[in-house]
Amino acid sequence: MTATGANQRSKPLKDLLAEHPFFRDLDEKYLELIAGCGRNVKYNAGEYVFREGDISDTFYLIRHGRVALEVHVPGRGPVVIETLGEGDVLSWSWLVPPYRKQFDARALTLVRALAFDGECILKKCEEDPRLGYELLKRFLRLVGRRLQATRVQILDIYGQGGK
Amino acid sequence: MNPHEAIAVAKTRADVWEAPMVPRPWRVVRVRRETPDTKTLELEPAEPLNFAFRPGQFNMLYVFGVGEVPISISGDPQNPQGLVHTVRAVGAVTRALCSLKRGDVVGVRGPFGSAWPVDEAEGSDVVIVAGGIGLAPLRPALYRVLANRGKYGNVALLYGARTPQDLLYRRELERWRGRFDLQVEVTVDAAGEGWYGHVGVVTKLIPRAEFDPDEAVALVCGPEIMMRFAVKALHERGVSLDNIYISMERNMKCAVGFCGHCQFGPQFICKDGPVFRFREIEGFFRVREI
Repeated sequence: MTATGANQRSKPLKDLLAEHPFFRDLDEKYLELIAGCGRNVKYNAGEYVFREGDISDTFYLIRHGRVALEVHVPGRGPVVIETLGEGDVLSWSWLVPPYRKQFDARALTLVRALAFDGECILKKCEEDPRLGYELLKRFLRLVGRRLQATRVQILDIYGQGGK
Repeated sequence: MNPHEAIAVAKTRADVWEAPMVPRPWRVVRVRRETPDTKTLELEPAEPLNFAFRPGQFNMLYVFGVGEVPISISGDPQNPQGLVHTVRAVGAVTRALCSLKRGDVVGVRGPFGSAWPVDEAEGSDVVIVAGGIGLAPLRPALYRVLANRGKYGNVALLYGARTPQDLLYRRELERWRGRFDLQVEVTVDAAGEGWYGHVGVVTKLIPRAEFDPDEAVALVCGPEIMMRFAVKALHERGVSLDNIYISMERNMKCAVGFCGHCQFGPQFICKDGPVFRFREIEGFFRVREI
């Protein structure tokens, strides 16, 4: 992983956040607060963003590239259960106990993302519960969508009997 | 559809309606293995015959001594004399179809049913959402759109399959992906290490596909549950239910609306479908066991 730091040519983090669908229409002052906990990061293809069991203290907004969420199945090796791409949020386990990553996340291509310090954000949420509530609503929508997609996925709809 | 094709379709329809229950002999000229349980058969008429079809229609394929099944036509409507069917082996007749060899003869009745509104969609963006073997009935629509590419806006093919090994028409998909005037996104439900494409349900591709929801016509085919979620995702994106078309599948027997095996509410899938405007069947789509 490379922390790309404050590239002189890149946009301010707050502007990048405002453009991201996940933070659309969020108050400017909250964007400012969240941006204060973030940094630009870059992963090369094949590099792991995190591994299963790692302490979960960071989440990512993918700006470019594709990340595979994998689980290692004994005898089968890594199985990709979902891929995330541009505009997706990677990781919500930083929000809930036991604060551990549940899967491996591997960059399939060059990935550019914004990484956010979960502890820093949680602290700001404690200080301003309105921010906490706003963030929680957004993450809950995300978790709901992922759960719904996973439910359809496990139905094995293309198996025998599917059209 | 050009005037020559329209005349050919009309002649075929006249022939079919003259003797709709009589299968005509067609010879297998090529068999291509698509996936471990799915094959594509290319057929030619064993006797002189007028034949033309519209994208989305189906034929009844008869394996002599075994039985008859409805199978969508998956070839190019511009070349109807080379009839193409993609068949998944799920029962006695489809297993027999999948074991046919070059030179074998099958009985063909058809074409039957309604078609994808590809001509009506001229001037619009076209979004094709396919799941599993549902890509087969949509391929003729894509051929037609690509043959008249200048008449359409953005065109997107969103295709979901179980695993990378279950993708139909793999070489063609790769060729389509190489075009500048077609967006092709493929996703699978599960994959191993060698797959660099999307993993997840096909509906996840809809929010990011390049089309204008106010000006788009969506053609959807796949397992019914996949279509349900695809319609929902398309509608959430802003596509009107009047502009979403789906292809239904039921146990079709006579194919001409006599027997009632494929009744779906007030409609017969064989005669009024298989392609329906979603709005027309919306009320029945969620009725269980209908």
